[in-house]
Amino acid sequence: MFKRALLPVSLLIFSMSQSAQARDYISVVGSSTVFPFATVVAERFGKSTSFNTPKIESTGSGGGLKLFCSGIGVDTPDITNSSRRIKASEFEQCQENGVTEIIEVLIGFDGIAFANSLDAEPLELELSDIFLALAAQVPNPNGGDDLVENPYTQWSEINPDLPDIDIEVLGPPPTSGTRDAFAELAMEGGCETFDIIAALEETDKELYKAVCHTMREDGAYVEAGENDNLIVQKLQANPDAMGIFGFSFLEQNDDIVQSSLIGGFEADFDAIADGDYPISRPLYFYAKKQHIGTVPGIEEYLTEFTKERTWGEEGYLADKGMIPLDEDLRDETGESIRALETLDSLD
Amino acid sequence: MNNATTERVRATLKKRYLKEKIFRGFGITAIAASLGFLVLLLGSILIKGLPAFQATYLNVDIELTEDVLDISADASTEELRGANFSGAINQALRDRFPEVTKRKQRRQLSGLVSSGAEYALADYLAENRDQFGNTVNLWLLADDEVDALIKRNKDLTQPIKRGKNKNNESALITRLSEDQLGWLQSFKDAGDTNVRFSSTFFTNGDSREPEQAGIRAALIGSAYTLLITFVLSFPIAVAAAIYLEEFAPQNRWTDLVEVNINNLAAVPSIVFGLLGLAIFINYLAMPRSAPVVGGIVLSLMTLPTIIISSRAALKAVPPSIREAARGLGASPVQVVTHHVLPLAMPGILTGTIIGLAQALGETAPLLMIGMVAFIVDIPQSVTDPSTVLPVQVFLWADAPERAFTERTSGAILVLLAFLVVMNLTAVLLRKKFERRW
Repeated sequence: MFKRALLPVSLLIFSMSQSAQARDYISVVGSSTVFPFATVVAERFGKSTSFNTPKIESTGSGGGLKLFCSGIGVDTPDITNSSRRIKASEFEQCQENGVTEIIEVLIGFDGIAFANSLDAEPLELELSDIFLALAAQVPNPNGGDDLVENPYTQWSEINPDLPDIDIEVLGPPPTSGTRDAFAELAMEGGCETFDIIAALEETDKELYKAVCHTMREDGAYVEAGENDNLIVQKLQANPDAMGIFGFSFLEQNDDIVQSSLIGGFEADFDAIADGDYPISRPLYFYAKKQHIGTVPGIEEYLTEFTKERTWGEEGYLADKGMIPLDEDLRDETGESIRALETLDSLD
Repeated sequence: MNNATTERVRATLKKRYLKEKIFRGFGITAIAASLGFLVLLLGSILIKGLPAFQATYLNVDIELTEDVLDISADASTEELRGANFSGAINQALRDRFPEVTKRKQRRQLSGLVSSGAEYALADYLAENRDQFGNTVNLWLLADDEVDALIKRNKDLTQPIKRGKNKNNESALITRLSEDQLGWLQSFKDAGDTNVRFSSTFFTNGDSREPEQAGIRAALIGSAYTLLITFVLSFPIAVAAAIYLEEFAPQNRWTDLVEVNINNLAAVPSIVFGLLGLAIFINYLAMPRSAPVVGGIVLSLMTLPTIIISSRAALKAVPPSIREAARGLGASPVQVVTHHVLPLAMPGILTGTIIGLAQALGETAPLLMIGMVAFIVDIPQSVTDPSTVLPVQVFLWADAPERAFTERTSGAILVLLAFLVVMNLTAVLLRKKFERRW
């Protein structure tokens, strides 16, 4: 019995020690928001070149950067996707672990939709309306300088032009990157329009952040899980509810749901690309220059990503719902990437 | 006296019968309810998942000439790969609908055919080099939106549920434009659409285009992972169970081991994932995302299950068997290998299959060791990056394209079939080994 068990174990160890020495595919980790875009590029790259298809893991932006910055060598990832820019602390971590030559690529933008069912009328909102509807604490509606527990139950209480329906918003849980981005862009964008909260930013930064980013927990904001498809289905079933999810899900389901107008603009391709629609975030990936030459195909993968037919206005990433950079920025970024320029410091 | 007792029994008899009836009623209701749920679950998965095994194809005449493909007749295999196959397909579609001239419309027209069709065309030409220069008639894989309409045999002339039709219940739910529906109708009228069983779902790895996405990479990944799990956990668990049950002295030390094994069986699986990440990947530098690490982690998880059930099976072998063997002069090892183990084997196998089935459905520990990944290439060995079936289900359920819904259910069906095969093997093996006394 023991002999029988020992043989496979020793075989395993043997095969593993071999594979640790070389890797013939690119290893990508990182953001689940960039995942659907990076995977299309990887797939096309694998099919149209003689290289293996890169392996792409969905670990989240933070988890990806942690793995990425853990060191140099084939047992660490070559590329990490991120739905935010690398933080100073992460950059330092990278430097400490020997990851000194990082190529930063801004690939495009992703919009976050605030939408409801096509069976209902689209809402016309400002960011401040969204903040008042969803924040845990809001400025006292009866005047005064204090913050009170959110008293609003209907949209019409916030703004008489809005319909008389209960506030019910389905959105992602705190573990989601979409939620972080929504809190930062929509909630904070709305809360700084109120003088008493804006004043906090000077005096008590932590309180300011807590007030702006904390969502109410009395049932008006429903954490509907990480799966955006589920939110779309729930909106279809309940025309009075609103939902928060990624733009690509809005685009794929534009026969079921519609975007609200925020600041007069609905989440469509042009409005996000022009920066008119306020809730959109940049998408990045970071590559290790030091791995070029060790792991085959990294340079070619970068080239594939920065081709016009990939990230251009009519490229296949746009078909999947990514908002491309404007042409000048594309040219500039593309050039610096082909020259393999690295990130010296975060400015 | 006797009469009085009979009287008392008689008096309560009716009540007791009633109680029994109610009790049985509860039992039947419970069974009916669980069966009902099962039928509901399986039914909905079947209805949603069966279309995943079929795909829509469009019949197109394609010119494979030098100036369309942009390569010469004696091109090398490498040059052939880089030929303009998408151009050839677009050209073929434009020839069919010469009235389409605007750029936007042309893009929409190309959108009817799957983006994977160009690779299929490349494969076709690589195999049939003599067709170079000819016009060939081929069935091309259709785009997922087209597939959804043709497969369900929708009336393409109906209005689309959009804009002013948004409250019209019977309107078509589709992302295709009216132009695209028109072209599609003309394909349909000419008999150039075909829905047939598609092997793509079983031969391809993952893809971001629903119509090209397949289950194979995940299936092979699951098979490798389970193989490693079985090879590691079965011998170790059985050896541990035999030692604990047949040889080990009963003392504090073995009690401690027993308590620990029982505890381990209840540890949440994510803990094993963290352990795998820390020890196998970070410390022993094993490759990420590889079935070998997945298999080791999952065998840690299944070991306690198999040990516990194996011990129960060994315990169930009557002591008289052991005594008789010993009485005939068998050594303790002979008693175990010749008599006890064969008799306990059916129970051990059942426990193993239950443990493996649990491992097959696990995703949480695999998240930590990088097996929640997009894998296109089919893994060739236990060290290649791969994913497993439940992870594939999870990834597809999360994809924005709606056609992935049916793929998700299709993958669940494959997972269920995998389980049925495993359980069937267990039943057959059990039948073969089973002995009664």
